[in-house]
Amino acid sequence: MPASVELKGFEASKKMRGVMGQYFTELMGPESSGKRIAWCTSVGPAELLRALGFEVYFPENHGAMLGATRMATDLIPLANARGFSPDICSYLTSDIGSYLKGESPFNKMKLPGPPKADVLVFNTNQCRDVKDWFGFYAREWDVPCIGVHTPRAIGEVDDIIVTAVAKQIEALVGPLEKISGNKLDMDKLREVTELSLKCTELWKAVLEAAATVPAPITFFDGTIQMGPAVVLRGTQAAIDYYETLLAELKQRIADGIGAVDDEKYRIYWEGMPIWGKIKNLAVQFIELQTAVVASTYCNSWIFDDLDPDKPFEGMARAYSKLFICRSDEPKEGYMERMIEKFKIDGVLYHNAKTCPNNSNSRYDMPQRLAARTGKPFVIIDGDLNDLRLYSEEQTRTNIEAFVEQLSQG
Amino acid sequence: MQYYCGIDIGASTAKLVVIDTASETIAKAMGRSGIDYAKTAEQLLADLSAAESFDRSQIVRSISTGYGRDNVPWADGKMTEIACHGRGAFFHFHKRMTVIDIGAQDSKVIHLDETGKRESFKMNRKCAAGTGSFIEEIAHRLALDVCELNALAAGSTKDVSLGSFCTVFAATEVLEKIRAGVDVTDIVRGAFNSVVKRIVEMDRIDGMLVTTGGVVAHNPFLAQLLGQAFGTEAHVAPDAQYTGALGAALFAAEQAPISNRKR
Repeated sequence: MPASVELKGFEASKKMRGVMGQYFTELMGPESSGKRIAWCTSVGPAELLRALGFEVYFPENHGAMLGATRMATDLIPLANARGFSPDICSYLTSDIGSYLKGESPFNKMKLPGPPKADVLVFNTNQCRDVKDWFGFYAREWDVPCIGVHTPRAIGEVDDIIVTAVAKQIEALVGPLEKISGNKLDMDKLREVTELSLKCTELWKAVLEAAATVPAPITFFDGTIQMGPAVVLRGTQAAIDYYETLLAELKQRIADGIGAVDDEKYRIYWEGMPIWGKIKNLAVQFIELQTAVVASTYCNSWIFDDLDPDKPFEGMARAYSKLFICRSDEPKEGYMERMIEKFKIDGVLYHNAKTCPNNSNSRYDMPQRLAARTGKPFVIIDGDLNDLRLYSEEQTRTNIEAFVEQLSQG
Repeated sequence: MQYYCGIDIGASTAKLVVIDTASETIAKAMGRSGIDYAKTAEQLLADLSAAESFDRSQIVRSISTGYGRDNVPWADGKMTEIACHGRGAFFHFHKRMTVIDIGAQDSKVIHLDETGKRESFKMNRKCAAGTGSFIEEIAHRLALDVCELNALAAGSTKDVSLGSFCTVFAATEVLEKIRAGVDVTDIVRGAFNSVVKRIVEMDRIDGMLVTTGGVVAHNPFLAQLLGQAFGTEAHVAPDAQYTGALGAALFAAEQAPISNRKR
């Protein structure tokens, strides 16, 4: 075991802080005055919103910040008391709690807090909660809440589904033009989609760098590095950032530098991050000389199917292929490929209490996949944001015992 | 003579086992884990070496396990309680088995193959149901000493069901049963069965069923009920409360360096 644990930061991260800081300032600082703001779910039709000239705000990013700063656990009860159950999405309850109390991690950046929306645009490909979340603000601010109802538990993403979803996205154009005051310019939409596609290709290359042994980047790094891929896709800033990060990763690979010193085992993380415990978990895995090299979560912002020539169809296909809205069969096939590609020794499933849609340990999948791949698994119980649902000691022991098991060979 | 030591600092009780090179237990001790695990570990070893007339310098390697595994300054290494209960149980039976350890704060189901290699494991969720804490809570509600429970449950002739998942709600159910005049022996058996149900729903059983931990050591009737629920005989490991500490000592022996270590 290493004598001391070192979390290896990235030089590029300084640039990211600048890029993200500028994005937040443009949304919430004085220069946001007069701009049209659209809230968008993290896998919503962001390209369309940008093409129409909206400044796009992603509240799930705020949810993750509330979790990472551990403000969430104090704020969630406020939303619970308002009528939002402790059993539903803790991004939703954290964010609404933050709104009710008027406290946000943005305040530390000397920003007033999340911007008021002119329109809230959802995609239910992730869950119903995103719509309910946006519905709260639509009532608070008396602004439109519109969106896309993507089917769930999709097997094959066939033309019937793609056509139906594409039509729904196209149907948003009229109302959004009215709210933005801009007519949709298809060339602009193609241009934004092209930028988004470039961003996604670079983000994919960043994550795939971890297929190298030793992995130059881990899942825990990925949860931080993914910021621009989520909130700035469709912009040049995101592309510039990932080119910088990718160059650094290539250098690490060339130098044989792993994110975890003396990497012995490689794990796939299935499910949501536990935002309030990212650093603790990263340190524990380093101590165990184990790299969490791939995850469903970080991969969820890889949109290979975006198509500048057919923007609506491309968005529909890309956003319906999302892991979370698929049935177990394609999910298992996907994970099997990942296990092979990333040379995975074992799979960790995070059973997030308030996120049933992104917890895949509940319908026998770990057992089926272990039988198919021969790779063992462990399930940890926790939550993305609500640390009342997390047991530090149980998680620590589960992870330690799992790595012990891997060491048996 | 060279010895190996295993110490299991659990949520409630600390157990220490010293074995010789033939894996025979030469000394063992138990005490409350308390709030200062390092002090508890030191006290247990000091008292034991004094009482059993062995010099602690004869201990060539020690492994700690349990909740307090990181807090034993003199331990040479640590292993999880999952590894140690598996190792300790396999030492006694040497078969393909499922080990069920019911501790004060958590329960574990550990699958071992015929060589003792772990195939998988599961811990209970963040909940006291299905653990020793639940039984302690019920004893408290019934104003009984935990030591009395096993005989009471074994004397029961009726199945009384406590349906709640939650320890607090189950305790409320106990109050309802008391109000309804249900015999205390049947309530205690119902509480045992509640623990059994929580464990049965955790995982499947493969091979021999071996139970370990303080709860079955003091309440072998609970192990019997567990066996009935799984439809197989439930073996209680010899010195079941010490199984984790024994497993740790066995790991210490396996990992022991050649040179002696002073401590």
